[in-house]
Amino acid sequence: MRYSGLRVLKEALTGHKGWKPAWRDVAPQAHYDYIVIGGGGHGLATAYYLARNHGAKRVAVLEKGWIGGGNVGRNTTIVRSNYLLDGNEPFYEHSLKLWEGLEQDINYNAMISQRGILNLVHSDAQRDAFTRRGNAMILNGADADLLSTETIQKRYPFLNVNNARFPIKGGLAQYRGGTVRHDAVAWGYARAADQLGVDIIQNCEVTGFRIEGGKCLGVETNRGYIKGDKVASCVAGSSGRLMAKASMRLPIESHVLQAFVSEGLKPVLPGVITFGAGHFYCSQSDKGGLVFGGDLDGYNSYAQRGNLPVVEDVCEGAMAIFPMLGRVRLLRMWGGIMDMSMDGSPIIDHTHIESLYFNGGWCYGGFKATPASGWCYAHLLATDTPHEFATAFRFDRFAKGQMIDEKGMGNNPQLH
Amino acid sequence: MIINHPILGPRDSAEFTYMGDAALLDRPDWQAKDALLQFVDYGYLRDNPAGPHIELWYHEQGDRSFLVVTRDTTTHQISSVKLASDVARGRGRSK
Amino acid sequence: MSQINRLGGGQIDRTKTLDFKFDGKSYQGHDGDTLASALLANNVRLMGRSFKYHRPRGVLTAGSEEPNAIMELRDGARQEPNTRATTAELFGGLTAKSQNKMGSLRFDFMAINDRFSNFLTAGFYYKTFMWPAAFWEKVYEPIIRKAAGLGSISFEDDPDDYDRGFLHCDLLIIGAGPSGLAAALTAGRAGAQVILADEDYTMGGRLNSERFSLVDQSGADWAAKTVAELTSLPNVRVMARTTILGAFDHGIYGALERVSDHLAVPEVGKPRQILWRIYSKRSLLCAGATERPIAFENNDRPGIMLAGAMRSYANRWAVTAAHNVAIFTNNDDGHKTAADLHAAGVSIAAVVDIRQDAPLSEEYEVIAGGQVVNSNGRLGLTSIEVSLPDGNTRALPCGALGMSGGWNPNIHLTSHHRGHPVWNEKIAAFCPPDNGPAGLSVAGAALGNFTTAEALASGACQANAILKDLGIKQNKVVLPLAEDAPANMTPFWYVKGCSRAWLDQQNDVTVKDVKLSHQENFISVEHLKRYTTLGMGTDQGKTSNMGGLAIMAELTGKTIPEVGTTIFRPPYTPTAIGAFAGRDRGTDFRPTRKTPSHTWAEEQGAVFVEVGMWLRAQWFPQAGETHWRQSVDREVLATRNSVGICDVTTLGKIDVQGADAATFLNKIYCNGFAKLLVGKTRYGLMLREDGIAMDDGTAARLAEDHFVVTTTTANAVSVFRHMEFARQCLWPDLDVQLISTTEAWAQYAVAGPNARKLLKKVVDPEFDLSNDAFSIYGLRQYHCVRWTKSAFV
Ligand SMILES: Cc1cc2nc3c(=O)[nH]c(=O)nc-3n(C[C@H](O)[C@H](O)[C@H](O)COP(=O)(O)OP(=O)(O)OC[C@H]3O[C@@H](n4cnc5c(N)ncnc54)[C@H](O)[C@@H]3O)c2cc1C
Repeated sequence: MRYSGLRVLKEALTGHKGWKPAWRDVAPQAHYDYIVIGGGGHGLATAYYLARNHGAKRVAVLEKGWIGGGNVGRNTTIVRSNYLLDGNEPFYEHSLKLWEGLEQDINYNAMISQRGILNLVHSDAQRDAFTRRGNAMILNGADADLLSTETIQKRYPFLNVNNARFPIKGGLAQYRGGTVRHDAVAWGYARAADQLGVDIIQNCEVTGFRIEGGKCLGVETNRGYIKGDKVASCVAGSSGRLMAKASMRLPIESHVLQAFVSEGLKPVLPGVITFGAGHFYCSQSDKGGLVFGGDLDGYNSYAQRGNLPVVEDVCEGAMAIFPMLGRVRLLRMWGGIMDMSMDGSPIIDHTHIESLYFNGGWCYGGFKATPASGWCYAHLLATDTPHEFATAFRFDRFAKGQMIDEKGMGNNPQLH
Repeated sequence: MIINHPILGPRDSAEFTYMGDAALLDRPDWQAKDALLQFVDYGYLRDNPAGPHIELWYHEQGDRSFLVVTRDTTTHQISSVKLASDVARGRGRSK
Repeated sequence: MSQINRLGGGQIDRTKTLDFKFDGKSYQGHDGDTLASALLANNVRLMGRSFKYHRPRGVLTAGSEEPNAIMELRDGARQEPNTRATTAELFGGLTAKSQNKMGSLRFDFMAINDRFSNFLTAGFYYKTFMWPAAFWEKVYEPIIRKAAGLGSISFEDDPDDYDRGFLHCDLLIIGAGPSGLAAALTAGRAGAQVILADEDYTMGGRLNSERFSLVDQSGADWAAKTVAELTSLPNVRVMARTTILGAFDHGIYGALERVSDHLAVPEVGKPRQILWRIYSKRSLLCAGATERPIAFENNDRPGIMLAGAMRSYANRWAVTAAHNVAIFTNNDDGHKTAADLHAAGVSIAAVVDIRQDAPLSEEYEVIAGGQVVNSNGRLGLTSIEVSLPDGNTRALPCGALGMSGGWNPNIHLTSHHRGHPVWNEKIAAFCPPDNGPAGLSVAGAALGNFTTAEALASGACQANAILKDLGIKQNKVVLPLAEDAPANMTPFWYVKGCSRAWLDQQNDVTVKDVKLSHQENFISVEHLKRYTTLGMGTDQGKTSNMGGLAIMAELTGKTIPEVGTTIFRPPYTPTAIGAFAGRDRGTDFRPTRKTPSHTWAEEQGAVFVEVGMWLRAQWFPQAGETHWRQSVDREVLATRNSVGICDVTTLGKIDVQGADAATFLNKIYCNGFAKLLVGKTRYGLMLREDGIAMDDGTAARLAEDHFVVTTTTANAVSVFRHMEFARQCLWPDLDVQLISTTEAWAQYAVAGPNARKLLKKVVDPEFDLSNDAFSIYGLRQYHCVRWTKSAFV
């Protein structure tokens, strides 16, 4: 069933009787060509592109809970491609391009909204760094614009420029950046994949791998053993505990990152704004809530919830640049399990176990990567060679000293 | 969170800086034959368990002691707190 | 006539009349009123518009669970969007405006959406607005964004202050209804350090809302007497207007105290609100219960409200929403409302009770086995349609309808640690999970103990159990005799066959939307919530979620516990961002570190640069210089040709002492220090374990066992941390101690060909600065000044 304005009209006039399930509820089969573990954004996108780009037939996505219940449904929905390093920028730019055509491709309005992202600058050194980053972006075919304080003041008159501890000294804008409705990404990919024959299986938790002679044959689940010719882990924050079942240790720690939404407000913010002298970023959803976040709580956690000090820290950041938000109420807070890698960049690679593949280490930034991650992971799974935009995302980069460390923080995951 | 400091008693975790897995105590011998391999593991690979995690907290806003804390990463409950120097000695570290 | 809906009695102060304005019109209320009770007293039922369809909205509840009566309170820089009229205390001169409308509240042009509701069903936007591709951002989205949102902000800086504070206690009691008060008496008299917090401005909970909660005295009087006693106890801190907003780890609770929200402006020197971090050894949730509405066709008109709320308005605020009231109930509690209103002189159109065996009344009509199937009235209720047990329908004129679908325990805080609530068949409601926050117990209605007698007893009993755990002697208090009649509820969620029956009145989620959600396979409760937006409003689904779950259960052929429930997240009620930030805003956002020469540099007109928290003089412009390069070039040349001074105090400085100091430095730098002579300085490079450069600086040897290390400004903290790590965790037996002396020593670099000449002028002639006496990388002590000579800065 195709979605369209006409269809909505027709259904409205006929009592909405014709709407079909967005994806089928199916029981697992005994054997698949590809088993994708994790029904988050990346898992669902991987399954979709496996079917769409590579004609894969027997594909299953196994999700332990309900699809979209992990980070894809918990993040602050920012998409952008403002990276500095060569290992990253072409990949994220590819992703942004895929976002730009996604709605038509999957026939689902995920509300991709390119209202722009502005990173504020508060010191000369920061301006230098952002200038360099902007240039790197432009060299990679992305858009970037260095703004003066005056321009920023004109466009965002409510920003605190005068009474600030760290006055605003400019900013780097990417106008093609913006936000996407996160749940819709999971549902849209699920629906599109389902229409290409992918089995999306909820309430199916992978509890172990069957590995014989260095080869992965399939997965144990709470709904029985499922044989898979290729098994693809794609569980983001749960990577550590899942891969431990294949006796693998990863260059990843799981941390909690909190996010916040305010009560609904009439339009306040035109796009995404990030504060450069503290940890705070904010956008406004189409529904009217301000969606914002900041730093990690800073300790290993699988609890999907955080503590007060970071809530306070984030709100201090909010008040530092938006003092007009003092009386706006925070409506809800929650946490997600972040797969923080040792250099802040992801991994899309095969493991040392034959037929077992890995995708993870996305840190705060994996939502924007969803389309490209699915695209490149599907390519790796189908062809056994890394996609040209993801050649740097390998396990062995740490041993080889080829870290992709945008912040230069080293092996301290909570600092990336 | 509250960390029950072995010397100072209960303290808000906001006084501390988290320093990650206490496996960092087990720095490999740099003269070992496979030192390079060992250092890659030491530097980059983590158990990252969902459950009890033995980890380092540095009392940066306090007495500057490093503590080894056992904390469940699924509930945040803390079951033991020790001075890191004692733990390090217990693991055979000295000079 | 003003206040035509005011009844006799109540707990308002009629001697104090307060003027206020709503949508520009003037009204009067009394001290003790909320904005909602004062508006109702003035016969104002229409208070807002719903989010999507812009349906007329009136007050539904009498508390913080209110989804409908939300408005912009105050004006100018103090404008507060989405403020619940049900919790806003009335003060003289209060102004409020309705929100989310185009035109006036009565004639909202956006109400056209209601006509198109058939097109605007759950999730319709995911299916359309995709063609042409470029139109989403340019056309569709701007229209949607403009229409979306609820209240608006002033865009002016918040003028009020917020404080943050810390409190410690043995026992935190959350909620001061019968169970909370009984618990506080028990623990307070036993001598425990107790904090009793309630979000309301008058403590007592339902005791203030009921006519007959206690047998031989007024509940409100007993509550007031008890609060007075508790306030007099030095070990009890009584905190009204204080919401416990979240349960965090290890017994830490976030609390918001509204210090000044009941005043026009805060008193001088007082904050608007205080965010408290409460460290409790144990805690007891006595947060009561929230009444459930019943879904029937057009159940959302102004005048339709919860029956228990009606009772609160009548008994506490002496107000009725109308003078002809009907009740729709599935339990005995609804009948109490009819009795109380009747006693207050309000006429009861009828009590419609779904139960065939409903208790009858001699005072008014009870329709046993009846159901309210529809309602009428454009901007406010005028009549309801009742289906009778015999199959006929009867129209019943009335200006207000009280709904009672039973009560849900307020268990929100118990699932803040993601524990899943447990279904209790007896009360057909979710109860606290077994794995709630450690140290948190629950008592009273929050535990499903709904009668006043049960609540009192369970509060005292839980408090004693906690005292025992804390090693404090238990204590038996004499509790008042209280009503103990069960409500005899028969679960009933929605009237069969209804479709535009509201579950979430703020977000406009109806029974029809739940059905569509089911049809499209959004069946998991989390999918239901996200797809329909059920419970995502400012009321956080406190009155709406259960209905949705019950209907989904029926559609899937499962039981409610099998369908499950979404869990609650902090904050318990929406909380001002300013309160979380406290005073860390504006120029006080972060500390400012200044160098010793800061004031002098300021006097010279220096331009400063931010280096972390430090402010460092960057250059000193002189008259006539218009570009920074002119100043900087002049300064560079002056240094190259003569002499320059730079305040480098911001560099990190670490004092390293002990017999093994040299061994230690050998280990942490990649170059050697063991052989460095006393009185010499050496450049040092530090590497991370992966061989990448971490920091550089110098180490000067003051004595065999004493070094001073410098670091870069940016890494002062992390290098010190790393050295402590190395000292304690890697080589714990080395005899070495570290002290950060960054702030203890001022540091200046004096550079240029005339450096020596300049220095000579400030030292005694005996202090030899010649090359022989002071070689390169040499270190000298002169009075309390340490000098090093180096070839770089
Ligand atoms: C608060 C927050 C804010 C963020 N903000 C942004 C942002 O603004 N921009 C951005 O680009 N990124 C952001 N991110 C990061 C982004 O959300 C993630 O990197 C990304 O969603 C991860 O990929 P995913 O969608 O596949 O993960 P998930 O949605 O977490 O999917 C993993 C799935 O695997 C399932 N699973 C786990 N174990 C098993 C098992 N054993 N068997 C079966 N299934 C299993 C989980 O249930 C889950 O559904 C944010 C994250 C958080 C938490």
